[in-house]
Amino acid sequence: MSSGFHIVVCGSLVPDPLQTLEPIAGPAGPALKNEMMLPSVLDPWAAHALYEAAHLAKTAAGSKVWLVSLGPKAKLQQLMMTIAQKAPFELVVVDGSASGFTDPFEAAAALASAIEKIPGLDRSRLLVFGGCASASRDASVTMQMIGEQLGIADQFLGVDELTVQPSGAFKVLERIEGGQYQASECAGAPAVLAWATGNLPEPPNNPQVGMANMRGIMPALQKAQPAKVGAEGVTFAKVELPQQKRETRIVKDVPVEEIAKEIITWIKG
Amino acid sequence: MSQTNSDHNTAVLSTLPGDDVRQIMWRFADRYDLQMVVQSTRSVARGLVAKLVADGARNSHEWNEQKAEMLKAFDESGVTAVFMDPEDGGFIAGPKNMALALVAFELSWVDAGAATCSLAGNLALAPIHEKGTDEQKHTYMSRCLPAQPGENRKPWRGAFALTEPLPYVGVDTGVVSGKVRVAEWKEGKEPVLQVDKRGRFITNMGFANFVTAVVDTADERIKSSCMIILEEGDPGIYDRGSATLKLVHQLSSTCDPILSLKVPANRIIGGYTIKDGVIIPNFSHGEVIEAVFRRTRVTVALMSSAKLLSAIEPVIRYQRGRFRGGDSGAPGTPRYDLGLQQKEDAVHRLTDVWASGEASASLGFAAARLFDALDEVEKRKNQIFEEQGIKGARAQMKALKVPQQGALEYIKLLYQGGKRDQKRFEELGKDTLVQFLVTDSLANVLCPACKLWNTGHGADMMREAVSLMGGYGITEDCPGFLGQKWMDTQLEATYEGPEAVQRRQLSVTMTNELFLEQYREWIKEMRQLAAENTCIGAGTLAVAMELWLWTLEHLSTAKDENGKVLYHGQRHGVCFPLADALCWLLAVRYQMLDTLELKAKGPANPVLTEALPGFVNFFSDLCAVQAARAAGEAGKICAELVYGYHRLPEGSGTCACSLKAGSGVSFDGKETFVHLRNRLDECLAGARLAKDRAANAVTQVMIPEALDYPV
Ligand SMILES: Cc1cc2nc3c(=O)[nH]c(=O)nc-3n(C[C@H](O)[C@H](O)[C@H](O)COP(=O)(O)OP(=O)(O)OC[C@H]3O[C@@H](n4cnc5c(N)ncnc54)[C@H](O)[C@@H]3O)c2cc1C
Repeated sequence: MSSGFHIVVCGSLVPDPLQTLEPIAGPAGPALKNEMMLPSVLDPWAAHALYEAAHLAKTAAGSKVWLVSLGPKAKLQQLMMTIAQKAPFELVVVDGSASGFTDPFEAAAALASAIEKIPGLDRSRLLVFGGCASASRDASVTMQMIGEQLGIADQFLGVDELTVQPSGAFKVLERIEGGQYQASECAGAPAVLAWATGNLPEPPNNPQVGMANMRGIMPALQKAQPAKVGAEGVTFAKVELPQQKRETRIVKDVPVEEIAKEIITWIKG
Repeated sequence: MSQTNSDHNTAVLSTLPGDDVRQIMWRFADRYDLQMVVQSTRSVARGLVAKLVADGARNSHEWNEQKAEMLKAFDESGVTAVFMDPEDGGFIAGPKNMALALVAFELSWVDAGAATCSLAGNLALAPIHEKGTDEQKHTYMSRCLPAQPGENRKPWRGAFALTEPLPYVGVDTGVVSGKVRVAEWKEGKEPVLQVDKRGRFITNMGFANFVTAVVDTADERIKSSCMIILEEGDPGIYDRGSATLKLVHQLSSTCDPILSLKVPANRIIGGYTIKDGVIIPNFSHGEVIEAVFRRTRVTVALMSSAKLLSAIEPVIRYQRGRFRGGDSGAPGTPRYDLGLQQKEDAVHRLTDVWASGEASASLGFAAARLFDALDEVEKRKNQIFEEQGIKGARAQMKALKVPQQGALEYIKLLYQGGKRDQKRFEELGKDTLVQFLVTDSLANVLCPACKLWNTGHGADMMREAVSLMGGYGITEDCPGFLGQKWMDTQLEATYEGPEAVQRRQLSVTMTNELFLEQYREWIKEMRQLAAENTCIGAGTLAVAMELWLWTLEHLSTAKDENGKVLYHGQRHGVCFPLADALCWLLAVRYQMLDTLELKAKGPANPVLTEALPGFVNFFSDLCAVQAARAAGEAGKICAELVYGYHRLPEGSGTCACSLKAGSGVSFDGKETFVHLRNRLDECLAGARLAKDRAANAVTQVMIPEALDYPV
């Protein structure tokens, strides 16, 4: 495998998890209060995918990374001031809503068609990366639908590890129920990998990498194509935040071993 | 303050101002390099630095491995390289005052000691950067540059040693007891110098590999004082000394070093020449220090601003949650939702803290941007002088007298707008010396003004912020580390020149006619803004500025009963308060300009479309609040100075208590002064309404669920 991979990472912004998320009824359906003003972060699972992609590109010579983002472009620009510092990539922007209330099918269609239009993309070397779910939508189906539209049948979900062999074939560890991994082998690209957390820490920000990326990022933002994504025809009966639940029991004079035992029994169910 | 009238738009503040808002206000919306520096510094500040503080790393005086992790984080995140030019491995081309100001701001948002630690490394390099020879610049910049990928090298760290053990030199005095002598001078060889320097309170000394030290000559073969570079491996004593038992900024290292070393003469910063067997340093220590401090003091000023603004979110959260969990208020009741924010005083005081923070940040960032402009024009000026063979401070001063008239003319044309003689304006705009004089006159005021006001008044307002958190405020685990920040602000007011030094400098620079000419134009600008009904308190400020100028002019000629002119450098009781008054006025002026910038440029950012009117209204109200406060402070000072040196009329005793209205003292121009004072009072109409609106916004603004540090 001499020529490396073409790795396309699908990832966009979600509100910073520390922000107050208050659902409201907007003119085009449910929305979050002050959504445009909430600081955003790169969707956490997609972020892991990006770090893994950058790592893979470093180890497989000749590889290249694209980040394809569907989101409001002015907000994406702000996000890039952080994300562009993490790893070298080329940005492709689709200007549309990144709201958690959009339909994943429409988001997948917009992303797949943007990927199809990337000039010079070699489909035979293509790995489509993304998060196994989004922190805002949590549909866990977007990556599969992107793969379907691109005609990629080898799809791996909840990936934590990818080991590439010299031949270009690779081994994948996918999370499955019960804290187990499913180990698979794939003959090679093209494939879709929807990442869980992976194994890499968040790279520190490096403004030097960022400045290099910016040369491509600003033109990409300027030529972003608008995409119509939403949830037309879908009615939301009710939107609410998960309730905070507090089930605290205060125990006194109990040895820690016993407390630990009880917690383990509770975890085991 | 007739502007704040009833047609005031009612949009309220939606969220706390984020990066989109700040980039516009502080004018770096088109500087992606700076935006990235902000993000990367923020991740170190709110990550590692916050964890260090939370883990109690401030509880030790010694430098240790835990604190040293910060240096690694600064290197990895590009913070160390911000100071370097691209040719030395940095990534920001051109002047870096604004970049360094943003770094200091972000670090101090969490812990000012971390900011000091980062900035002291730059302070050590600054003499070399400002005045060093090309070789010195290249050597030390490249040694201090963090290792690049694939390199196995430990970056060097530096310390800057001016201050000496008592009773010797502080930042202010010309008397230096550190000495340099010729140790060995062989025919045709580089002389070897013996340097003896004892330092006090030297930052970074716990780990520095080199020191840029201030020393005076103790040898007739060395002409003057200088700054000199000392390295850890030089022959002699390089004793770091004991750690200072600081109550503040404990994440930085401070020691009292003892240095007695032999070094080659080429370590003299800026080089030297030899004439008649005497080594003549190209720059005395004073020349180097002046170039350094006027820049680094701005960064220190912004450290205090960051702390005030960082206090807003934790205080709001504390106030709102104050009664939650008790029996007396169920969710949905005002007591539950608003907590202490039901109380007018609590939100009014928080509004004051916020308004001060805004004014201080606006003043500080304006100064940082101005120094970026000054750096460019100063470089061109130096080139011209070099070409013309004009050397030395005195010769330069003489040469700069020539373009003085042109500079005054330029200022007038600058503010004339469309009506001006455009050809002449452009001509003067291209004249480097004119541009230098104008920029320099302002920089000479803004630097001490922000260092003085942001830190001094900042410390007062940090105390106010701490008190708003009740007992929690003075605990180690107060969210936002407000107690520590309060204490830390006192150091910012002290190091790099205590307040008295700033006041002294201001009392000279604020009387420069070039500054005063700009100031006069600003009064007109404020009147114009007031006429346009901008609702920012511009009318109040215009009158207060006029009153200050009248007072300065009056005191410059008025004499006391001994026939001595009142406004005199040695008469601190007159000059210093007037300098303080000016700072209040300058700060709110820049706050207004930033608010107007947001109003003008905000609509171009689609992210802000919806929220912009709320931000503009709120910031305008904060301006009006601050303008009222600043006008009050300035008015009070002016009145005391104008009346305070008059003896009471015959027969009225020794104090003014028995004085009846109208039977008081008289002086030239009294009617004008009284008239201005009255107008100032009247201009306060509406100021409290603005405060009520701002305070109301503070009760409604949406804040995050939790503070983002430590996480
Ligand atoms: C934590 C810390 C770190 C430091 N880091 C460094 C460093 O890295 N390098 C370095 O060289 N120094 C450093 N310093 C020293 C610092 O710059 C000085 O402490 C500071 O400039 C004040 O000088 P001083 O302590 O001698 O005070 P003084 O000069 O004694 O001032 C005390 C007071 O005297 C009065 N006063 C002084 N001068 C005048 C005047 N001209 N007119 C009127 N009143 C006056 C004022 O009330 C003033 O506040 C540091 C200090 C601290 C505490």
